[in-house]
Amino acid sequence: MLSLDKVGKTYPNGVHALESFNARIPQGEIVAIIGGSGCGKSTLLRAVAGLDRASTGTIRVDDIAITAPHEKIGIIFQEPRLLPWLNVADNIGFGLADLPAAARRDKVAQALARVGLSDKAKAWPRELSGGQAQRVAIARALVPQPEVLLLDEPFSALDAFTRRDLQDHLLDLWADTRPTLILVTHDVDEAVVLADRVLVMRPRPGRLFAEIDVGLARPRDRASSLFDAVKKRVLTALDRSLDRDLPDAAPAEAVGAWW
Amino acid sequence: MSIALDSPAATAEAPAQRYESGRWQRLARPALGIVVPVTLALAWELAVWAGWSNGRLVPPPSRVFATIVELARSGELTKHVTTTLFRVAAGFGFGVIAGTLLGAVSGYWGIARRLLDPTVQALRAIPSIAWVPLFILWLGIFETSKVALIAVGVFFPVYLGVMGAILSVDRKIVEVGRTFRLSGPAMIRRILLPAVLPAYVVALRVGLGLGWMFVVAAEFMGASEGLGYLLIDGQQLGKPAQILAAITIFALLGKTTDWLIERLTAPLLRWQDAFRPGGDS
Repeated sequence: MLSLDKVGKTYPNGVHALESFNARIPQGEIVAIIGGSGCGKSTLLRAVAGLDRASTGTIRVDDIAITAPHEKIGIIFQEPRLLPWLNVADNIGFGLADLPAAARRDKVAQALARVGLSDKAKAWPRELSGGQAQRVAIARALVPQPEVLLLDEPFSALDAFTRRDLQDHLLDLWADTRPTLILVTHDVDEAVVLADRVLVMRPRPGRLFAEIDVGLARPRDRASSLFDAVKKRVLTALDRSLDRDLPDAAPAEAVGAWW
Repeated sequence: MSIALDSPAATAEAPAQRYESGRWQRLARPALGIVVPVTLALAWELAVWAGWSNGRLVPPPSRVFATIVELARSGELTKHVTTTLFRVAAGFGFGVIAGTLLGAVSGYWGIARRLLDPTVQALRAIPSIAWVPLFILWLGIFETSKVALIAVGVFFPVYLGVMGAILSVDRKIVEVGRTFRLSGPAMIRRILLPAVLPAYVVALRVGLGLGWMFVVAAEFMGASEGLGYLLIDGQQLGKPAQILAAITIFALLGKTTDWLIERLTAPLLRWQDAFRPGGDS
């Protein structure tokens, strides 16, 4: 169980990025967080990853308070962030330094086979395509078997075909050990394909605006009418979250129209 | 009919041609670099041989070569070369150690950078040759002052290179280290060192170049052996061939030691995704 209790973040420069965010996410659930820019979704994810500390509130995984990176939590960024001086196999094994070499080799070999890159074990990161590099990043994050895997717009830099391919692939991998997935995305399709639950956030300051249960069986057919219906609900919520006339939304003019 | 007969022959020829061009690339492309100097040398040789110039002040390559052979035969060349090599090696060693340590400290700790860097930058603004009189007063006219001068020359590019490289390590890569909970030493060993390595090699090469520059300055200030001494000796005794011989040997040694650094570090930098104009060779 991942629980977020009144998590807020104000940056030292005074930007109020996130306000009192509450959520309880049972083990194995897939949650997508979606919202306009500045809604605090990346801030939230970085706080859960322990990379930035929340200013207020608590984040707990199984009653362990998270204030710094923790072994139960893995993260995948928008860019693969592979270490260019390590080959693919060593990148995947990067988080397994404490293991004896033989055990590490076995785990890496399994992970490589699982993401379909066994023939690339000795390749340098620069020799990979964008999709292959992101697969390696996924394998690297999953190999230590985290209970919670955070994904920060993981497929947004990829072309549409590769993105779909990797979305399906991610679900396959998830089914192996069923970690909790928290996915920040801009892509409504992606949220509805992957998530059990979609959280819509609204900006200035970032906070939860709506919560939508997807309730579709897997595998999901992106072309079905049920899929479309859920998508429509998410889109409507998203539109309304950006509506500046809504009560208690900060004035959008604050950005400053000089004319 | 003739077309049908011709075409198999043409296709059979193609692989041989490709092989030829591969060999051409492997052998001839590096050789391209010596075309210009060899042409110039031959032209000058020809000019002196034809009597268009007496070659007294600018001796032809053959005479420079003869001087080198003569120096080598008398055993003098070995003496001068080993002396100079020792000075460069010692100065380079001290300069690299000091530059690496201080550069790493300044790059890694903000406090140390604010404390040390302004002083180092101020010292860097002093032309290093200006230290010569002081070094001679402090350290005497023998080896110590020479090695110290070379070390000063090597220190600054290495210091700057190391500090700059650490400061420009990609925050995103460091974050990967943080997500895997690397300890301080592990972060240095597994993230910072490899990330800094390419810039460090460049800094070493620049430092070595300056080391060769400063050994000449050091040997100008009263040496009785070394290649710099050969230069001064050639000037005072009016032997331009000896000066050119020493310059040629400087060029060869400088190029060779630079090539050594490049070669020794190449296996560590194979991962680099760098722009290689004109193909990778």
